[in-house]
Amino acid sequence: MANVPEKLNYSKDHEWIKVEGETGTVGITDHAQHALGDVVYVELPKVGDKFEAHEAFGSVESVKAVSELFSPVSGEVIEVNESLQDEPEKVNTDPYGEAWMIRIRVGSAGEVDSLLTSAEYEDYLKAETE
Amino acid sequence: MITSSLKQTPLHAMHVSTGGRMIDFGGWDMPVQYPLGTVQEHLHTRTHAGLFDVSHMGEFDVRGSEAIPFVNRLVSNDASKLVDGQAQYSALTTPQGTVVDDLLVYRFSEDHLLLVVNASTTEKDWDWIISHKRDEQVELRNASSEYCQIALQGPDALRILQTLTDTSLDEIKYYHFRRGEVDGVSAIISRTGYTGEDGFEVYAAPNAAEQLWKRILDAGNYGAPEGVTPCGLAARNTLRLEAAMALYGHEIDDNTTLLEANLGWICKLNKGDFIGRERLAAQKEEGVKRKLIGFEMTDRGIARDGQAVFVGGSQVGLVTSGSPAPFLRKNIGLAYVPIEYANVNQEIKIDVRGRAVDARIVPVPFYKRDRKVNS
Repeated sequence: MANVPEKLNYSKDHEWIKVEGETGTVGITDHAQHALGDVVYVELPKVGDKFEAHEAFGSVESVKAVSELFSPVSGEVIEVNESLQDEPEKVNTDPYGEAWMIRIRVGSAGEVDSLLTSAEYEDYLKAETE
Repeated sequence: MITSSLKQTPLHAMHVSTGGRMIDFGGWDMPVQYPLGTVQEHLHTRTHAGLFDVSHMGEFDVRGSEAIPFVNRLVSNDASKLVDGQAQYSALTTPQGTVVDDLLVYRFSEDHLLLVVNASTTEKDWDWIISHKRDEQVELRNASSEYCQIALQGPDALRILQTLTDTSLDEIKYYHFRRGEVDGVSAIISRTGYTGEDGFEVYAAPNAAEQLWKRILDAGNYGAPEGVTPCGLAARNTLRLEAAMALYGHEIDDNTTLLEANLGWICKLNKGDFIGRERLAAQKEEGVKRKLIGFEMTDRGIARDGQAVFVGGSQVGLVTSGSPAPFLRKNIGLAYVPIEYANVNQEIKIDVRGRAVDARIVPVPFYKRDRKVNS
């Protein structure tokens, strides 16, 4: 079954965020990459772009489908993983590691608290597949 | 689980048990991909072999002394040119010269043909054919449930299938077929396909489907790095798109004529009358106003079906099929554009979800295999 690391927070849109101080690192979950299939293209925002929680910040495409990326929390983009331009397949092989997508300056800690824990996300996935 | 009313092929249980991801395809519950994934399935078919369940396709049996004249009155290609054991790509046409469906016409004998049509249009095609029958001496039977159809495609297809049959496969020319046995199962072995590769389509009784599927996978060393792999519909689509083969409902439908779709080569306007001939002849005389073209993206972005095509700031057409091309490692597509823009190297833009992305018209097919034998 899908890998759901413990120390991350999750959105119902299948993004994860790892918060360290004011910085949040965002990517898509193992479940999301598996559902998409072979990722062939990732479109990411520019440093300095600002997003509200649940706002689309980019897209990820497999051979067959396009899926929007939604920011789990509000904030400003401070770093973008440019390596995914040339190696989008890393989204499939290492969704929680090398395939992080953006780093944002988190606008509000309260928004992070309202996200799902790993246990809650696992329950959410189970409910979704039943 | 939601109980579905989707139709299933005889290989449905096999797909589910081997990890096929099932989707609704024109009312059929079909595997869109296997665990290997669309890209690897596609590459495997180009370099080794891929196995496809195409049992959802429809088959109509046509018998009688006027089988050929009857079919020839409904289709655009010339069925009278077929010899026994030959297959022909053709189309059922409307009086407007547009397309009811594209199909293969197989000739067993002068008084026995088999029409193989698309899955999602099988019922429509059957109704069309029945309703256009006059007093010809023909007996029509919708035999769709009497066949499974398995396609083995790729450079290793012949070698793999040959281990299971005494029929000399290299003697079967492209777009020809023979009746024979595959693993002891009575079958039609047809050198046809929808991938741009050499390969075979095997038709047999539905209750033999699982046996044939398993035996072909075994014979092709499924699981080995250079073995055969089962492929889903997503790979079937990208393979046919690289080969620029039309897909009904995308490049061709009842709003597009064969001439617009670059299928003039299956319009035999001098063979005698057929439905739509007059309109197609007139259109050929006048010249088409729009044409199907192939394009590749020259900037980052993937075109998708239905997106708008722009030239000089004006919308001029629509993408009929757009996708990454796994073997070519490009993003490609097919689109209709006005004839004045339908030239190789013409710069166009595709509206990719609000972003105008540069593309260029290129020659089709995008991919052409080396035909060393049986060209």
